[in-house]
Amino acid sequence: MRHLLPWGIFALSLLLLPWLFPSVLGISILNEMAIAIVFALSYNMLLGQGGMLSFGHAVYFGLGGFLAAHAMLGMEQDGPVFSVTLIPLVAGIGGLLAALLIGSFSTRRAGTSFAMISLGLGELLAALSLILVGFFGGEAGISGDRSLGPDFFGFDFAQDRQVYALAAVWTFASTLLMYLFTLTPAGRMANAVRDNPERAAFLGYRVQRVRLLSFVVSGFFAGAAGGLFALHNEILSAQSLSTANSGNVLLMAYIGGIGFFIGPIIGAVLLTLINSVLSHYTDLWLLYLGISFVLTVMFLPQGLTGLLMMHVAPWRRGLLHTLLRPYLRTAVPALLCVSGLLALLETLHHQGEAVIFLGISLPGGQASNWLAIVLIITLAALDWHRSLPALRAAWQRATRGETP
Amino acid sequence: MKRITRLLCTPWTLACLLAMSDSGIHAAGTKPEPVRIAMIDPQSGAFAATGETAYLQLLFAADYFYNAHGGILGGRPIEVIALDNKASVADTQQQLRRAISQGIQYIVSGNGSAPASALSQAIERHNRRNPGQRVLFLNYAAVDPVLTGADCSFWHFRFDSDSDMKMEVMTRAIAANPDIHRVYIIGQDYSFGTAVAASASSMLASKRPDIEIVGNALHPIGQVKDFTPYVSKIVASRADAIITGNWGADMVALARSITDAGLDVPIYTFYAAYDGITATLGEAGKNRIRLVHNDLANPLTNEEHIAFNRAFKARYPDKDASQPRIATMLTMLVSAMEQAGTTDPFSVALAMEDMRVTNMDGEQVWMRGSDHQAFEDLHVSVHTNSGIVFDADNSGFGLLAELTVPAQETVRPSSCQMARPTQ
Amino acid sequence: MIDALIFATLNGLLTGLLLFLLASGLTLIFSMMGVLNFAHASFHMLGAYCAWSIGQFTGFWPALLLAPLLVGGLGALVERYGLRHVHRAGHVAELVFTFGLAFVIEQAVQSFWGPDTKNYQPPALLDFPLFTLFGQDFPAYKAFMLLISLGIFIGLYAVLTRTRTGLIIQAATTHPQTVASLGHNLPLLHTLVFGAGSALAALAGVLAGPVLGTFPGMAATLGSIVFVIVVIGGLGSLTGALLASLLIGLLQSWAIAVDLGMPDLLHWLGVEFPVDHPLRDIWRLNLPQLAPVLPYLLLVLMLIFRPSGLFGRREG
Repeated sequence: MRHLLPWGIFALSLLLLPWLFPSVLGISILNEMAIAIVFALSYNMLLGQGGMLSFGHAVYFGLGGFLAAHAMLGMEQDGPVFSVTLIPLVAGIGGLLAALLIGSFSTRRAGTSFAMISLGLGELLAALSLILVGFFGGEAGISGDRSLGPDFFGFDFAQDRQVYALAAVWTFASTLLMYLFTLTPAGRMANAVRDNPERAAFLGYRVQRVRLLSFVVSGFFAGAAGGLFALHNEILSAQSLSTANSGNVLLMAYIGGIGFFIGPIIGAVLLTLINSVLSHYTDLWLLYLGISFVLTVMFLPQGLTGLLMMHVAPWRRGLLHTLLRPYLRTAVPALLCVSGLLALLETLHHQGEAVIFLGISLPGGQASNWLAIVLIITLAALDWHRSLPALRAAWQRATRGETP
Repeated sequence: MKRITRLLCTPWTLACLLAMSDSGIHAAGTKPEPVRIAMIDPQSGAFAATGETAYLQLLFAADYFYNAHGGILGGRPIEVIALDNKASVADTQQQLRRAISQGIQYIVSGNGSAPASALSQAIERHNRRNPGQRVLFLNYAAVDPVLTGADCSFWHFRFDSDSDMKMEVMTRAIAANPDIHRVYIIGQDYSFGTAVAASASSMLASKRPDIEIVGNALHPIGQVKDFTPYVSKIVASRADAIITGNWGADMVALARSITDAGLDVPIYTFYAAYDGITATLGEAGKNRIRLVHNDLANPLTNEEHIAFNRAFKARYPDKDASQPRIATMLTMLVSAMEQAGTTDPFSVALAMEDMRVTNMDGEQVWMRGSDHQAFEDLHVSVHTNSGIVFDADNSGFGLLAELTVPAQETVRPSSCQMARPTQ
Repeated sequence: MIDALIFATLNGLLTGLLLFLLASGLTLIFSMMGVLNFAHASFHMLGAYCAWSIGQFTGFWPALLLAPLLVGGLGALVERYGLRHVHRAGHVAELVFTFGLAFVIEQAVQSFWGPDTKNYQPPALLDFPLFTLFGQDFPAYKAFMLLISLGIFIGLYAVLTRTRTGLIIQAATTHPQTVASLGHNLPLLHTLVFGAGSALAALAGVLAGPVLGTFPGMAATLGSIVFVIVVIGGLGSLTGALLASLLIGLLQSWAIAVDLGMPDLLHWLGVEFPVDHPLRDIWRLNLPQLAPVLPYLLLVLMLIFRPSGLFGRREG
């Protein structure tokens, strides 16, 4: 029963969210989240579960997406052939076949070799996508109308809401299937090969076969995500299989936490929000995203999920509340320090111009202003540093179960 | 001290801002409701420079012409909202949805034919599926002829001359130069680059059959770091003029390699000025680069344009009012709104069809009703530092018009089969 | 034709040597620390931008020296306070860290130097054509670049094989434990090599900035190419890196100079396809179009058929 609870919550949130954010933009962001979740989970089948660091995962997403776009374009030109609900399946099969072809040689090795092959292939396909105009449509991409398939129980998928319904069903099913895959012997073997390929080989497993299986399944779901993306935007361009998109999915999985099944989901939701909401408020959002990513790699190798999971032990002991006070004590100077740094970066970026920072107008180019910000940062950083020993002590008490 | 206490609250402000992002924070209050225009262009990333200057020019034109004089439609101000599409097709779609969510009815965009054609198609579909929330697309810079040709839309209006019109003028200038006998065409390997190459060949063939096209090279867009190998081929071909549709870093790198090789032939192009390019070309490009464009930069004779440029420079000393057609676009939009007496996109679109307005240089601008393409005088300007009053990038160098082709001579037949919606 | 080929060769050599300046640092770092540094080309970009900024005050020549030193120092800091911290988590984490670093540097450059191309010009002293061949000038600045790159290669080789530090570095790449137990400070050596590698990349940036353009995208296009070189040359091999650099430089340069492609091949074979053939884009491919793709093609083929590279001793 306990295992069903998270799935219930997942299904319920997929169901309820469109009622909480019913605007055109809200539905659109939800659609993007659903797509990102499938894509990031498929990526983590490689990185988290299989130990294969890929810099070219967008290839399968993009190829699947282009297949889907061609399917829609075909229906626009030749009339309805099959239901639009099946387009992600078509795209997934496209991703699967591409992964089968590429994986047959790229999965021979893991580690740096695999990363380099994936990077080379990613760059190769990204460059070719602009040369092979017939299939990829050049820089304008391939566009098709999603609402021209046969009627599906009264749905014509003209509205974003109906596409969300489709995306939600696909996302739930894909997530469930990918989770079930981790429980199969094949999924377990992938873990074994990740941790120690020599030992796995010694035990009689064919290491490449195991990697290839994960790779192909991952390619299917990446392709399906690409198909959903094509349905959502009704256009697919070369940007979808660019190396930037491959980098983006790496960021999602890593920030969310590659060691947990739920990690990429959290990362996908967060990055979609950052991409669509934070970018609206500051030009520097990509810089902040990059810095957060580097800090995550340095200090939270298990990602945000890892940070949350750290609190399971104190919570089980019923000591979570003892952390609240030290947390608040640290959070105030920490947030102040970070806000100060952000203000500094923003004023530096808008050299000489006034900056509206969090509702406060900071006139640019004034030494006194900068001095004030730097002073705040320094004082806050000192105070932050001073608050740390207490926090550390509280942590030790909470995790070791000693009551103060 | 006050600042510190206010900063203390900032994390919570941030959280609230994030939470409210979906609900639209701009409360109307008691003031007259603004007429809102969303500009969907790159504001971050590699193409941010062009997107940002275009935004500032639209913002400035709105303030300078209308908001400073009591607004439009009986006192309503114009509000310009920049939405960043990061030069990506997918983000363009999302920003369109954001604009629609906020009830914005006017979309301005132009940087890149790919986002523009995506926008045109998306708006066509949206308006068909949601007749109650229609939006209008004002394109000020995407020049792919299909946007007003095979893929034309009732909801799309273009205020820049398309690439065929510009090529017509460019080939006219080349044909008029008796020193040119061998032309080399080089461009980026995508639809625009190939379209430029095709129209250049056919138009030159009809105007000056004696001119030989000695080379036609396409290079991958944004991938070439060093154009020297291409320039070697140009030198070997003994070309005495170069045509290129390159823009951005590809244009700078190409011009630089040509200069380094000591190749002294004219380069005919569309996008080789402003946003750092003029400053970088500097002395090397002098009297060598020739540009075909709508936007007269020098010499300016009309006081209205001179005053506009001076006022813009006073407000943004580091930027240039490089695209006066943005102001022309706004003038026409506002005239149409005043004429229709409403901001309803359908009525405004009807009013804009076959409308004529006078731009800041005193020229007539005509919006053709059959394909929604504007016609304005086209100029061939040379990159130089003599006779320049309004320079670019504060470099002393700028564009000086050598040849002006009046609007009526740039008119090409319309091939648009427009699906016209009804009220 | 022949004149274009000669110039293509000259130019290919120049590009190749410039690529080697980048690749030498990367391969040195890899052989010591086993990590491929994604941010290497970003240091190259930082070098060009720093030189441009410093040059505003001092002119080109002091910037030629100061910018690499500055970026080298930054590289050392990154190793000391970033990479070393991540080292415990393994190579994948290190690779991901440098990937993130490249992302941050690109964004920082774009935010604080601006997204436009910088007006970074060669020094007036070298701004003249050295000689003219078949009607095409060869700028003196490019000859200067050639000289510096060659000088660095010879200097680097001499340092690595003739000096004490060089011998320790060489030893540390193959037998780190032994070197450490002999009392050498291995972590300090790592920091120094990382800093020196970054400085070399920055030097390449200072030199290339005026020729190839100084703009925020300059790292992205180069970064992957340098990876290709290091992998093709054989991870950790300096000679391999030199040969691979020249190979890539010449290959790209020649591919553009030679106007051959599928149409010629098909014509030669006597095969003809209708204009609207579904695979028409493939039948129309030609070498100049494919020039930028060739390095990646070579990389993939190399990794399939000879994963250790031309001169590689170890596999990733």
